[in-house]
Amino acid sequence: MPQSLDRLKESPSQTAGPYVHIGLTPNFCGISGVYASDLGSTMVNDRTKGERIGLKIRVLDGTGTPLKDALIEIWQADADGLYNSPTEMRGAADPNFFGWGRCPTDMETGVCAFETIKPGRVPFRDGSLMAPHITLWIVARGINLGLHTRLYFSDEEKANGEDPILARIEHRVRVPTLIAERQGDTYVFDIHLQGEKETVFFDS
Amino acid sequence: MPSESGSNRRPETGAFFQRDRTWHPPALTPGYKSSVLRSPQKALLSFDNTLSEIAGPVFGHAMLGELDADLIHNFARPGESAIGERIIVHGRVLDERGVGVPGVLIEFWQANAGGRYRHKKDGYLAPLDPNFGGCGRTITGEDGGYAFRTVKPGPYPWPNGPNDWRPAHIHFSVFGHGFAQRLITQMYFQGDPLIWKCPIVRGIADKAAIEALTAVLDTQATIPMDALAYKFDIVLRGRRSSLFENRLEGN
Repeated sequence: MPQSLDRLKESPSQTAGPYVHIGLTPNFCGISGVYASDLGSTMVNDRTKGERIGLKIRVLDGTGTPLKDALIEIWQADADGLYNSPTEMRGAADPNFFGWGRCPTDMETGVCAFETIKPGRVPFRDGSLMAPHITLWIVARGINLGLHTRLYFSDEEKANGEDPILARIEHRVRVPTLIAERQGDTYVFDIHLQGEKETVFFDS
Repeated sequence: MPSESGSNRRPETGAFFQRDRTWHPPALTPGYKSSVLRSPQKALLSFDNTLSEIAGPVFGHAMLGELDADLIHNFARPGESAIGERIIVHGRVLDERGVGVPGVLIEFWQANAGGRYRHKKDGYLAPLDPNFGGCGRTITGEDGGYAFRTVKPGPYPWPNGPNDWRPAHIHFSVFGHGFAQRLITQMYFQGDPLIWKCPIVRGIADKAAIEALTAVLDTQATIPMDALAYKFDIVLRGRRSSLFENRLEGN
């Protein structure tokens, strides 16, 4: 027998369930007085550098019905393309931008609305630049393992054309599923869990 | 928001081990009906982590309130406490290399002792406990250790099959140091016969994986005349050494 690798296995995922708000956004579901505010509900302040943008995101099931019990987290670089993370070795990110936000889908409309800034470009593994993008993580009742994808921007056509992740998508007809459409200062993005327009989800 | 990691270790910058998707429940588990229309059907796009997945938000201990890790008291009226079997849940957050992960934000939520959630979508007959909210959070220490105090949640019926019951469970949301480690799971209790009948649990194919979500009674950690204790370790994706990788810094 050779030596053992002695590795552990990742804890298996289980669905966030229909009551995810109790744990992650208690004030949103009427549990007040435990935390002063829901974590991740505010992303920018007056001193945050960068272009203010809004995101309006929906998550649609296989019948096209918006989920009203989903929760989305977003993670992004600052205006200069730096992450506010101990792992960031290229320099100090904007101290007024944490880069992470969390929003439950509205219980009536199914819309998740974020107010953030447009991120700068972040280098790919080979040093070339990825297009500006926001990482998304989606959990809900019926989702057994959180879904990972990205939001790219419709007005970054040139950068999107050079992006090494978008370039990996074999069926080019699916690339637009990752591109949010600009309407004024807001980007509108529908995530399709199934069907012809199924969003490209990641295994990374 | 402060982002000190609570650690003096040099940050690790390597990519994460590939996720073993046969160990997790698949997206489509028809016995759990809600997954049928919410499960992606097309192949996932696979790629080695970029900085966007390797980096992640890290939360500082300063954000925590005094009662955040005490569900018996954090929603209770002054001088009162939640009803139910008083328990301590404790353990460590490790990664697949067996290394304790410090500075990990863990958020947890659960039903009350009768199996009722404080949520307008839950209409179960069991009453709300006016002294129980059902949420809490903590951040792991230097060795990855954590602990919180709560009451043992009750099992409850749910609309799936005509007579399906959830085993007693606590939901856990865990942040590692990289966004690719982000994980939500559930903790079950040793000896609960409902575990093996639950359509959500049974989405997991491997019995050993289900057991990995089952907390064990820890009589050494009980507080005499006060609370029983359960030990529940959580494992996050491991991280490759960055020694042999092209370094992003300096580009």
